[in-house]
Amino acid sequence: MTGTTTIAQSLPVTEKPRRTLWREIVKSRWPYFFISPFYILFAIFSLYPVLFSIYLSFTEWKGLGPIKFVGLKNYSLLFKDSVFWDSMVNGVMLFFIYVPLQTLLALVLAVVLNSKRVRGFQLFRTLIFIPNITNMVAAGITFRLLMNQENGLFNILLGMVGIPPVPWLENVWAARISLGLLIIWAWLGWNMVIMLAGLQTIPGELTEAALIDGASHSQAFFFVTVPLMRQVILFALVLSTMGTFSLFTEPLVLTNGGPMRATTTPIMAIFGQAFSNFRFGYASALSYVYFAIIFVLTLIQVRLGGRREA
Amino acid sequence: MTLRTRLVRLGSDVLLYGILIAVSAFMMLPFVWMLSTSLKPADEIFGFPPKLISLRSSFESYIFLIQNYAIFRILLNTFFIAASSTALQLIFCSLGGYGFAKFRFPGQGALFSFLLATMIIPFTVTMVPLFIIMRNLHWIDTYWALIIPWAANAFGIFFFRQYILSISDELLDAARMDGANEFAIYWRIILPIIAPGLTSLGLLSFMGSWNSYLWPLIILKSPENFTLPLTINSLTGPAGRTIYNVQMAASVISVLPLLIIFIIFQRRFVEGIQAGAIRGAG
Repeated sequence: MTGTTTIAQSLPVTEKPRRTLWREIVKSRWPYFFISPFYILFAIFSLYPVLFSIYLSFTEWKGLGPIKFVGLKNYSLLFKDSVFWDSMVNGVMLFFIYVPLQTLLALVLAVVLNSKRVRGFQLFRTLIFIPNITNMVAAGITFRLLMNQENGLFNILLGMVGIPPVPWLENVWAARISLGLLIIWAWLGWNMVIMLAGLQTIPGELTEAALIDGASHSQAFFFVTVPLMRQVILFALVLSTMGTFSLFTEPLVLTNGGPMRATTTPIMAIFGQAFSNFRFGYASALSYVYFAIIFVLTLIQVRLGGRREA
Repeated sequence: MTLRTRLVRLGSDVLLYGILIAVSAFMMLPFVWMLSTSLKPADEIFGFPPKLISLRSSFESYIFLIQNYAIFRILLNTFFIAASSTALQLIFCSLGGYGFAKFRFPGQGALFSFLLATMIIPFTVTMVPLFIIMRNLHWIDTYWALIIPWAANAFGIFFFRQYILSISDELLDAARMDGANEFAIYWRIILPIIAPGLTSLGLLSFMGSWNSYLWPLIILKSPENFTLPLTINSLTGPAGRTIYNVQMAASVISVLPLLIIFIIFQRRFVEGIQAGAIRGAG
């Protein structure tokens, strides 16, 4: 008797979850309906491409005709591809040329504007931010004009104070620095606005207390503000890293990747293989290796940056 | 205050203003030069000494653009693409944010984590297959390709979810009691409350679309379908032959609308960027 009751009792228990889950899903039709556009669009325009790209990376395909499976050939070719690896190295060099300077400058400007020592907070913030709304084709061409070696305004202005003409775009290192200058012009304000948001979350009394205790302004900056701003600085750094490696329009317009490919970025290299050489399989393999490297770099940054927090 | 501290104070103020003014001047210089060059006659662009305002200034290069490059059509193309893409993004992202913020449903946690994870996929990885899809759909050289794939995005849903979480449930329950369905609640209660957020995110996505270059470069083929950045770059001639005043005029036309929008909505603009950063960093 006891056995049958147990079975009889357990029956609804085993069936109930499935029925209630189904009922829950039906009951939740509204939220599913509300969130569905993203997942549908993602499946078609991102997930499918991501998977198709993995498949393509093992093939040779010109975009037309049969897709030829070639196994790991693209990946072995890629390791000897100096254009691609040079572009990754360019990314690293560009990062060191402008990211530390930009981050520090953004933080200093934010602290100055936030300190209420200067008037015109709104005006300066606006002026420094405005370049960020400019499209990089217009900005790049304007900089090319300003950086013209013989007649550009930059060299004419430098000439007035006795500095000889700078080959802004003609020399390998000058071109990289010029590109860095364009990016700082475009992104300094954005980084500053981010830092300002971060500063508003830390209480002003902390810095004041440090100053009253006899710390200098620069000590208060490095030992109070910077540690408290750790998360925001890390966020800005991570985005700058990803941004540097995925630069496309800026180097394309300013230097066309030159001179001697000194400013060719990974995206330019991948774009060239895909849409100039029509090597879709090879370009896909490149894009995956690129993704893996950026992913690891970001992970390292987050680990290093978040270490003290954990 | 002693004279010494006053002098130190004055000195540091001069330094601070000096830095701020120098940085601001560097930021403004390209705009000034863009406008100045666009008004100059061709033979004065590289003239020495450089002139800020030429005595022979004219709107000739703007007229040239209207006559030879149908610049109004290009302006309209860019506006149409940016506006439609922004409208769709705002609808789908706010709906998605509402779904995640105010409902409990099976699989919610997993779906949300998945949503956040999608943000790490770089465009580079999807670029080639996406181009193939667009070709199969016959969307090459059409605006569909520039609008539909970007009609909903993870960041936007995340942004609105945070925003809608702070709306009180009682307000929504009261509406439910009155017999309003969930869509009516979204339309009549949620949307008006999140209006500032809609403006913030709308400005950012409008600007993103207006300024985008790589994807339109892959998709658009006929010059009459171009967006402003494509037209500006197409004005680059062979070395030494570029008509810079015309190119700068097109640049002014591409920057000016956003500049006006930015100055009007500056607060919301900055709020949108800061909200994204604080949530991203937090």
